[in-house]
Formats: sequence, C-alpha cells, structure tokens
Amino acid sequence: MSYHEAPTIAASDAPRLDQDDRPTLRFVTCGSVDDGKSTLVGRLLYDSKTLLDDQLDALASESKTAGTTGGDLDFALLVDGLQAEREQGITIDVAYRFFATKLRRFIVADTPGHAQYTRNMATGASNAELAVVLVDARKGVITQTRRHSHILSLLGIRHVVLAVNKMDLIGFDGDRFAAITAEYLTMAGQLGISQVQCIPVVAPDGDNIVAPSARMPWYTGPTVTAHLESVDVSGDVSQRPFRLPVQWVNRPNAAFRGFCGRIASGTIATGETIAVQPSGRQTRIARILTPAGERDRAAAGESVTLTLADEIDVSRGDVLTAGAAPQVSDQLAAHLVWFDDEAMVAGRRYMLKCGTASTGAVITTLKHRIAIDTMAQKSAATLDANQIGYAHLSLDRALVFETYRDNRDMGSFILIDPISHRTAAAGMIDVSLRRATNIHWQRLAVDKFVRARLKQQRPCVLWFTGLSGAGKSTIADLVDRRLAELGRHAALLDGDNLRHGINRDLGFSNADRAENIRRAAEVAALFVNAGMIALVALISPYRSEREQARQRVETGEFIEIHVATPLAECERRDPKGLYRKARAGELPAFTGIDDPYERPQAPEITIDTSELSTDAACERIINYLRDNHYL
Amino acid sequence: MLDIPTTAEPALAERTSGEQLHAASHLRRLEAESIHILRETAAEFRKPVMLYSIGKDSSVLLHLAMKAFHPGKPPFPLLHVDTTWKFREMISFRDRRARELGIDLIVHTNNDGLRQGIDPFTHGSARYTDVMKTQALRQALDLHGFDAAIGGARRDEEKSRAKERVFSHRSAAHRWDPKNQRPELWSLYNTMLAPGESMRVFPLSNWTELDVWDYILLEDIPIVPLYLAAPRPVVERDGALIMVDDERMPLLAGEEPHMRSVRFRTLGCYPLSGATVSTAATLPEIVREMMASRTSERQGRMIDRDSPASMERKKAEGYF
Repeated sequence: MSYHEAPTIAASDAPRLDQDDRPTLRFVTCGSVDDGKSTLVGRLLYDSKTLLDDQLDALASESKTAGTTGGDLDFALLVDGLQAEREQGITIDVAYRFFATKLRRFIVADTPGHAQYTRNMATGASNAELAVVLVDARKGVITQTRRHSHILSLLGIRHVVLAVNKMDLIGFDGDRFAAITAEYLTMAGQLGISQVQCIPVVAPDGDNIVAPSARMPWYTGPTVTAHLESVDVSGDVSQRPFRLPVQWVNRPNAAFRGFCGRIASGTIATGETIAVQPSGRQTRIARILTPAGERDRAAAGESVTLTLADEIDVSRGDVLTAGAAPQVSDQLAAHLVWFDDEAMVAGRRYMLKCGTASTGAVITTLKHRIAIDTMAQKSAATLDANQIGYAHLSLDRALVFETYRDNRDMGSFILIDPISHRTAAAGMIDVSLRRATNIHWQRLAVDKFVRARLKQQRPCVLWFTGLSGAGKSTIADLVDRRLAELGRHAALLDGDNLRHGINRDLGFSNADRAENIRRAAEVAALFVNAGMIALVALISPYRSEREQARQRVETGEFIEIHVATPLAECERRDPKGLYRKARAGELPAFTGIDDPYERPQAPEITIDTSELSTDAACERIINYLRDNHYL
Repeated sequence: MLDIPTTAEPALAERTSGEQLHAASHLRRLEAESIHILRETAAEFRKPVMLYSIGKDSSVLLHLAMKAFHPGKPPFPLLHVDTTWKFREMISFRDRRARELGIDLIVHTNNDGLRQGIDPFTHGSARYTDVMKTQALRQALDLHGFDAAIGGARRDEEKSRAKERVFSHRSAAHRWDPKNQRPELWSLYNTMLAPGESMRVFPLSNWTELDVWDYILLEDIPIVPLYLAAPRPVVERDGALIMVDDERMPLLAGEEPHMRSVRFRTLGCYPLSGATVSTAATLPEIVREMMASRTSERQGRMIDRDSPASMERKKAEGYF
C-alpha cells in the first residue's frame, strides 16, 4: 500500500469514555550531557505506542545516517529536532513531546544538559510538576546534577525521579546504585526536594522504563512509567485567596466594561467583594464570563472576564483580590537564575515583568551567589550566565505580588535587558523589603529614548517665563511634585537656585543675565538627553533668548509656558519686595519697570494666575503633557 | 454554518454533555492557556494579526479568539496568504466565516510570483512554497507593519516545532534563530521588540491533533467539509492521493481521476495535500479513526518530504 489508508475500526478500538478525563502530568527531564535524557524520552514515546508508522520509518532511516548507535534505533533523534542538534548529537533547546497511557496524559519537556544551555533547562522546568533527573551510573552525582537540582528546588518542584541510567555499563551493580541514591537523597534533603523516587534504568533497552527489568531483580520499586502514572503532585491553588492579575480591559461598547485574566489562585463568585490592588478600592463582582458561558463562580486556572458593580479605575497590571491582602511593595528580595551572557550589573536598570505588570527595576545588592558544588553561599559582586544568587531589588513603582512559595504566578518574574531585549534572568520572590535607604545608580551608555522609555515619559523642557512674582516657581514646584507622584522623573531648575550654584559668578548686567539664561538652557538640554523632564523657571524676558533655549533641544521637546499674571497683580503681591526696591530706584533695569518684558507670541501654554489657582494651573500643564503623549 | 453531526453515537454524545468537561478537565485547561496567550498578544503588541489558513487548527484558533474577547470582537484582523491553489471549498468557507463573524479579513497573494507563473507542478513544491507562501507572508507582514503574527502551529506536529517557544522572536528580516531562543518561563512572555522585529505567537503550542478534534467536537466548531469523507476525484501520484480540484492540474500519462471516498487530515494547496481513504463522514468517526491511526497528519503533506530538516529551514526563512 503506497498511500495512507485509514484503519478499520474494531469495537474494542473505540475511545473509552474514561480516557478523556485522564489528568495531564507536565514533567521535565534534566541531567548532564550524555546522561541519556533524550534517549529516555524517545524510549517513553516508543513504549507508549505514541510513535506512528511513518515516524518510526523516518527514525529507522535517520538512525542509520545520523544516529550515534551504530545503526540501531537512536531514540534521541526523536526529540533532537534541530539541525544543529542532530549534527552535534546534543540537545540545545527544550523539546516538548506528548504521550499518553491508559491512566494519564503527559507533556514532557526534554531539556539540554550543557551548562551553557541552563536557561533552556529552566524554561522547560518552570511549568513542570515533576522532574526526571538522569545520572550516568558510571559518574554518579556531578556538578550539573547539582545545578539542575538546585534550579528545580528554586522553581518549587518537589517531586523528582532520579533515573540512574546506563546500569548495564556497571554490571547492574546494586551497591553502586545504592551509593548514588544515598548521595542524591542527602543533597535533595538540603534543597527541600521532599519526594524522590530512585530507579535504576537502561534507557536504550527499556529496562525499568515500562516493564520491570529482568536484569536487575534486586530492584523491587516501580518502573518510570508506573511511577509517572501514579505519583500525586496535586497542590491545590484554588484553596488560596483569590488573585486575578488583570490582563486586558474589554470595552466593546459603552455598556460593557470587563476585566480579563487568568485566575492565579482561589475562587470567586458573583456578588463577592473584591479589592483592586494596588489602589485598594473595593467593589463587588457583578458578572463572571467564562469560555463555557456566563457562570456564578470560577476557580484558579480559568481565563475569565469579570464585570464589577462599581465604575472604578482598573487597568492592565492591577490585581483583583479577595481575602487576605497581597504584598504591595517597591522593594523585594528574590532568588535569581541568571541567563544572559552579559553579566548582572548592580545598579543597572532592567525591565521587570511579574504577572501582567511591568516596571523598571534595579538590583541594589547581590546578597550572595551559590557555589554549586558545595551549595555554599558566597559573597559576590555579580552573576554570570547560568549562576544562581539572591538579590535585593528596587522597583520604579509598587508591585502587587506574593512570595513564590505561596503563589507561583504572583511570585515569579523575569528581568529583561532594556537594550538587547534578551531575557536576562528569572526571579522567584522570597520576601518583601522595606524601602532601602541607599540606592546606587550607575550610568548607562544609552540614549535619551531608552532612558525615557524606562520612565514611561517623553523628555522635554517646561520653560516657565513671566514677570517677577507672576507665580512661575510656585507652579513649577507643584508640577514637579505632581510628576513625582505619577512616578515620572523630572528636575526643577529655578532661577534663584541656579544663582546659588552654577551661576553664582554672574551678576545682573545684560551680559550676565544672558549668560544666566544660556546656562540654564544648556543644563535643561542635558536633562532632556538623560530622558528627563526639565522644569525651568526664569523671567527670561527676551524672545531671542527663549528662542535660543528652544533651539538647544529637538522639535517638540520645548514647551514654553507663559505665566501671564498682569504687572499690577505682580507688583501688588511683590513677594520678595523687589518691585518696591525697583520703584525706589534701587534695582536698575528691572523687568516690567524700566526694562521691557517681551511677551511670547505663541507659547504652548498660557496661564494667568489672577484667574487660575496654582492647583488648576498645575492640572492644565499635566493635562497638556498627557494629551500630547509626554506622559 | 456547516452542520456537523455530533450525536451519531450515544456514548460520544454523552462525552459532550453536562459538566463533564468543566474547569479542571484537560481541554478546558488548554483553552484557558490559549486564551491567556491571545490576550497577552492583544495587550502587549502595537499591531497584531491572526494568520488564518482555513484549516482545522485555524478554526480552533479563531473560535478561541472569539471567546477571549467576547462580547467584543478580536482586536486584530485575520490574514490569509492565498497561493491561488487552495481547494475551492476552502475559499468559500473562509469568506463565509469572515462574513458570519464580522471580522476583518486581509487576503494577500504574492503578485510577483503570479506574474512569474510560479506553480506547484512545474516549479516543485520547495520553490513554490518559498515564493507563494513564505515570501508572500513576509510581504504581507511588512506591507501592513504587523508586529505580532498569531498562528495555529502545534508542537506535536513536527520535531522543529516541538522546539519552538510560544512567543517566538523574529529578526527584522523575519528570521528565526533556533539556537538562540529567549528563555520562556512560567506564563511570562518577553514581548520586547526592536524596530522592525516581530513576534510569531502560537497559542495552540501545547495542543495535540487529537485535542484539536476533541475540542471541535465539544464546541461544535465549523470546519471545511473536506475534512469529512466524501466521494472525490483523485489520482495517485508519488505515493499520495491528490484531488483534482480544478482544470489547472496537468494529468500525467496513465493518470485518470477516480472517484474515491476520501478525506483530508491537513488542508493546504490541493496539489500538495494527500488524501486519506476513509468513510468517516462525521466528527465522532474522525476522532475514532484518529485514535486508531498509525500515521501522522504530516504524512499527507508533500512539502515536509523535501529533506529531514526542511521544516526548520523554511521556518528560519520566515515560513510559519
């Protein structure tokens, strides 16, 4: 038969009803290079009859041309799917394979053994409920076994199968198996891996994979398959308090406003009270939409859309919670597994993604690094690729989270390099910290756009011009504080303050006044290059000088704000007594009295404080920044 | 809507009833994961698009997208790369579904390829696939400036797919670098892109072919009738049964179309899609055939046969 013909179906082949609710176990295989991970997975696929005729034909022919088993079936070729892997006979990246037995479905992540691909091992392990750790019976527990077990422990995997492979190469020596087992159990105990099943196997031949091995009668425990089918890995997150990280706000029309996300823990029912974090505002659940229709309740793991009884502000990155309050902090301590070839730099800013929230984050201190062989905590300044450590982090804004051991979805994060966009590290939150007092910043060789993006703002100069006493400094000061509240990064350059420092060598001659403004404009431009919002409050009476200041930055980066309080009102206020002195002839060439103020012809914003309160003036400026996408 | 019988067998009908497949079950877990991925894509990218190939996986993907954004519409359009060699039934199904669901459908064809007269018979499947599918897809993504393309590929389909991330990074030249993929832990996806770069997103990564059919059955999802067995005109060529869907197919000496009861496990361009002899004319029958099957669905795809690593190479060049 040259083409494919569908099989005839006998009654006994019909799907059994109970097979459809078979639970799925997600597990990972790990261990060092050449310990036989891919071979074990290939063997599991083969023995579970998952492999189909055309795949077996392809395997047989590839085993002859690309195999490393002298023409016998090379099971590793079933999972080493990349050209580079087959050429080198190694595993580079994690492969996900699927098989099922009568009792369970399995998704197995077969991961690479080389230390340089540890990030791919962690990728495969992060969603696993159980790990199969392979060791070569001839080598026993080695550094890579320790590294992988340490990462499994950090990732919260409590169930391990220690598969001691290549038993045939040590003459099926039960004493040697017992010695390896004892060594591993000691280490697992230290790592908090509580459930370990040790099994002696010969992966290519199938000994103790599905069928008990006749060559190792001294082993009376379960086979790999029997253990995978029966092990209880349940840990019920639906019993914990309700947490829903908001992924997406669904607003198809004015009548519907739903909040979408996958429930991280707990259950929720219509009518129940929830709080929106970090704001803490409370409301009740109105409706619960699930993929299977509208329901009264939903539980952990479900992707739902919730509507709320009250119109309150909720956006992506917020967390809907019930019961005990989650942690909310901008300072935390976490275990880190470093991935990037570019080493960790304390003080450098990374993008942190936790749940659906993203924020800038700085590693303030590396508390220690783990020496893999001894598991000792060593002091260190940095983490290189594949190293494990414990660090304190300072975030740009408060994060809603839980510790990793309480809640994987709410306690895990990744760090992204803001320049290369590589995933630099995985983090597991250990504890929330109070705000640290000493945060050290390190300069980066980056441009203003990178910096500004980190601050979620567009850099610009807010140039406040107007008569003495018009209210420039008062408004600028309030805008500065308002920006800080919004988590934005600004710097205020006040005319009087500048004269105490950078401009203290200048007097009030025309040349010195011009130089005063020139220097302020230069400093503002430097801040803009640093990605910041620079607020400058200077009388700056001449159009030509303000125009020069505008030329120092790029188009769209200069916002001229005319604080247009009338002269009479300024003179009435006279907060520093300067008008009085000027009228008395004590201050020559005072703007507005005996020196002209050239009104801006087309300022971006005009504010008259005799009509507008300081608060309202500030709001107008903030709104302008929002409407024009500076914030 | 295509009316697919789902109640042929009392036993199978019972499977879909009541609460049996509620929250904890296997399919609902996959469904929740896929919806989470679709919403992440909508939230994190400037201009996403959903690749719609009209096949069963696309049908499931579209169904999941409708659910993810219900009662709204998915916040992205569909894109079909039309080689002009699809089965006629696929095209009419595509247009009908887009109309019924009220979704934007973008159809793109590589007009350079058409002008050069590239076809699967004279230019071979490798060249044809590169020009009319891979290059066409890249053209369409560039033309519209899409920064994320959602596709229905599954990891159980093929060995290089088994290696791919859910969020799979592409360079500005649409290239996949399989040796240097971003780590992807938990459900945290690194969606950062530099200008010109893009992401391919695979919400069905953890589904198997059987899961797809079970879900179609469970949810009563419309599919192209070509998946169900019916008498169709076929010729045997290079060990495969090829359906003569229109008069453009040149018949070789000795070839004569015969009517046979066949169905398709995968659908693509008709000259490259091998049929399966079958009498399974209902979804439950298909699922039962699937469970007893001894060959993989890609067995019928002519393009994977060119070389053992052909899929990885095509993907590296920008194929889906």
